[in-house]
Amino acid sequence: MGEVEVHALRGVNLELFAREFVVLLGASGSGKSTLLNILGGLDAPTTGVVECRGHPLTGAGDEELTRFRREHVGFVFQFYNLIPSLTARENVALVTEIAADPMTPESALALVGLEDRMDHFPAQLSGGEQQRVAIARAIAKRPDVLLCDEPTGALDSTTGILVLQALERVNAETGALTVVITHNVVIGSMADRVINLSDGRISGERRNAERSAAAGLHW
Amino acid sequence: MTALHRKLLRDLYQLRGQMAAIALVMVGGIGTMVMALSNYHALSDTRALYYDEYRFAEVFATAKRAPLPLVEAIRGIPGVREVEPRVTGFANLEVEGYDEPVTGQIVSLPGPGDPGLNRLYLRQGRVPLTDGEVVVSEAFAEAQGLRMGDSLVAILNGRRQALLISGVGLSPEFVYQIRPGDFFPDFKRFAVLWMARDPLAMAFDMDGAFNDLAITLTREAREADVIDALDALLAPYGGTGAHGRDLQTSHRFLDEELGQLRVMTYLFTTIFLGVAAFLLNIVTGRLVGAQREQIAVLKAFGYSRWEIGRHYAELVLLLVSAGVLPGLALGAWLGRGMAGIYMDFYRFPFLEWSLPIPVVVLAFGFALAAAALGTFGGLRRAFVLPPAEAMRPEAPAVFRRTLTERLGLGALLDPTARMILRNLERRPLRSLMSVLGIGLGIGIMVMSRFQSGAIDEMVDVQFGFAQRDDLAVTFTEPTSWRASEELAALPGVRAIEPFRHAAVRLRHGHREYRTSLQGLPAGADLKRVLDDRLRPAELPQDGLLLTDYLADLLDVRPGEELEVEFLQGHRRTVRVPVVGTVREYLGVGAYARREVVNRLLDEGAAISGAWLALVPGARQEVLRELRRLPRVAAVTDRAAMVQSFRDTMAEGILKFTLIATLMAGSIAVGVVYNASRITLAERGRELASLRVLGYTRGEVRALLLGELFMLTFLALLPGFVFGFGMAAVLVIGFESDLYRVPLAIAPSGLAFAGLAVLVATALSGLLVRRRLDELDLVAVLKAAE
Repeated sequence: MGEVEVHALRGVNLELFAREFVVLLGASGSGKSTLLNILGGLDAPTTGVVECRGHPLTGAGDEELTRFRREHVGFVFQFYNLIPSLTARENVALVTEIAADPMTPESALALVGLEDRMDHFPAQLSGGEQQRVAIARAIAKRPDVLLCDEPTGALDSTTGILVLQALERVNAETGALTVVITHNVVIGSMADRVINLSDGRISGERRNAERSAAAGLHW
Repeated sequence: MTALHRKLLRDLYQLRGQMAAIALVMVGGIGTMVMALSNYHALSDTRALYYDEYRFAEVFATAKRAPLPLVEAIRGIPGVREVEPRVTGFANLEVEGYDEPVTGQIVSLPGPGDPGLNRLYLRQGRVPLTDGEVVVSEAFAEAQGLRMGDSLVAILNGRRQALLISGVGLSPEFVYQIRPGDFFPDFKRFAVLWMARDPLAMAFDMDGAFNDLAITLTREAREADVIDALDALLAPYGGTGAHGRDLQTSHRFLDEELGQLRVMTYLFTTIFLGVAAFLLNIVTGRLVGAQREQIAVLKAFGYSRWEIGRHYAELVLLLVSAGVLPGLALGAWLGRGMAGIYMDFYRFPFLEWSLPIPVVVLAFGFALAAAALGTFGGLRRAFVLPPAEAMRPEAPAVFRRTLTERLGLGALLDPTARMILRNLERRPLRSLMSVLGIGLGIGIMVMSRFQSGAIDEMVDVQFGFAQRDDLAVTFTEPTSWRASEELAALPGVRAIEPFRHAAVRLRHGHREYRTSLQGLPAGADLKRVLDDRLRPAELPQDGLLLTDYLADLLDVRPGEELEVEFLQGHRRTVRVPVVGTVREYLGVGAYARREVVNRLLDEGAAISGAWLALVPGARQEVLRELRRLPRVAAVTDRAAMVQSFRDTMAEGILKFTLIATLMAGSIAVGVVYNASRITLAERGRELASLRVLGYTRGEVRALLLGELFMLTFLALLPGFVFGFGMAAVLVIGFESDLYRVPLAIAPSGLAFAGLAVLVATALSGLLVRRRLDELDLVAVLKAAE
């Protein structure tokens, strides 16, 4: 059996702006995660150029990418990816300890409404709470870019909305460019801009005249 | 404390079971290493200090009788610093309440104010002040329960003399207190006595003369030149050839022992290093595998590769140090105890014991080396893991039909057996490593059993098969044939075989060796020589038989000629053909018919002693009669000597076997327990799924325990091979002209090792069983894959 080359993304041209709330919509296998990984400096495209504020990310070495992530990017993952051996507060501290101008873990957790659950271990938190810890962890460094990979994918709608409210608030209060990838079309209505991905290409883009509040979403 | 450090501590807590298993192996490895090394250092430091402070001589010589004025000429030899002329001799001793023959070696002390060489260390009492006083050696005094103020009788040159013990002492000359020519110490039947020079000289007709020299050299002296000059000066006075420390009996045995300790240290250290590295490898590999996502998250948030690498390196360091400190403590404790056991054999006035800093550093270095070796792969994976890739779950393992199934024997396997086999085959390298690790445990156990078995074999061959006399009688000097008739006529003597032994220097090309040429009666039955398959061999009409090891040392083959220089009598040098080789485990020697030796020495039918076989029950009577014969210098009771050896060795060997068994057991438990924990961690989900599907606890247990026992069974054969290999390394390392250890491993040793490791497996099975029974079925199924 020979190897088959698969292009996860092809011909993607995209410009994202500070303070924006962007939703990337697409089905499984459409290349959403790959795009997110490239935007976050986790992965590098085989060809093409990625720049952040005039700094090229393509061709950057591991050390530069690490510094980029450390200084500018916050990640939220579908399965939270909290360190199970650390409490909520310590999970956030993991990031604030290496950031240049972080907020305190306590205020980051307060921002997502978890001020009462700070000393709980992930196993003692519900899925929604875990995801909110993950958001607190992502925003505590005051990132320029907040990248969220299916943040509500593993949650029921009520809990998912709590998480989206947290993202909405963080976006408003910190001014971080927030990119949410999801296959849930409903979430698109809370975005400034919705970008559709299919088969590794941008198949559509629309700007919402008016953003709906996360609290009003329903699915 | 940073969050990452907290993670470290909590991960360690999570890993405590496996950490304990690794620590167990590390404690065992470092413990053994520190024990052997510190014991080695203690013995060699103590020896060096003792030799130095008590002025141990560097060159030794004996003569038949040399006049004291000759000492001035000896002092004039370039390179000689100090000379102490002494009188020494052997005497039969009588200890009240003890009927057995006791031999004493009596050594003269220098006059008052003369520091002398090979100085006496007095444990008790004082030096002799009057003619009838002696200092006795500590080992003998302890074995016989003698104290200052007690007395004993010596037959000095045929005259009975009562001696009062004025003190108990030790000397660097007799650290290993053994009768010349013997292989084992017998503290009850061999004594060293120190007497004032004048009365001893009178007793041995050495007034104005000496028969023994102790010499120290200047820094720039060449020992060989001094020995040559000395031999030339002493030759007219019956000199038997001077020699350096290398041929001094006590020093040689001590040297040999230290050499063996070194071999053991290297061997054990290597084994434990290997096993510890292996365990660390598995644990870190597994850890990194299980924490892929955590590593990815850390990387995604901007932790650099170095920070993550350091995090896991710290984890490994902590894992390792959990073993180092207790290992050091255990090793120090055991080393001290071991040195104590050695002090029973090797008599030092003090023990210079410390835990040398280099040993501590080495222990840490050893642990770090094991950690580095073992965790390099796992750390490298943590280091290079691309963050994006780490976010994806690890690719599912590829399973194949097992070899058994592919061979068409699959129908013979039930589903459980099939799962076990497939799982072992899925990770062939890890299964192999587990098998090898358990095999090492088995090997160490086989080796530890091998030691006592081999010593039994040596003693059985030498003193059961080659030598079969009841008593060996040695005369003060070569005696006419009539003496043997006298012995034969003693009531109770069933058979007698007179022998002629002569000190010789054998030379072939540039190689030479000092030994004793033993002239045995043709068709001897009480002392037999054995061929390479340990069958009794005939002595040739003419020519010599050499111990095979000696033939190798001299690089001489049967059919070639050897130059034999006699160190006594007319001191002739003759060329004699080597006819064949013989095998023996203890010592080396040259053998010929007695008449051949007599002829080579150009003497009549002289004998130097005889082997006696006694009629049952006649022993005490014969011993009494022998004591009355003035010419008898020493009587050796073979059975009693072997018994005493076994008694003395038994304790030491028992302790050694116990320690080695515990170490091997700890290795086995460490490896098996780790294997089971990893299996449990990797397949907990699978096992829980089986339980959800309706498998009983027992069936799930069978799956995991079956795998463990499978690994252990597979390890039996390689384990035995390892055991043989390690024993062979020991055999080669221990090989010397003093003795060769046979590579003999009893089936009982193999059985014991196998059984012990199976027990260790069952034990670790019990340890994981609890975890297995507590599998959280719901949680396992709920967790994100």
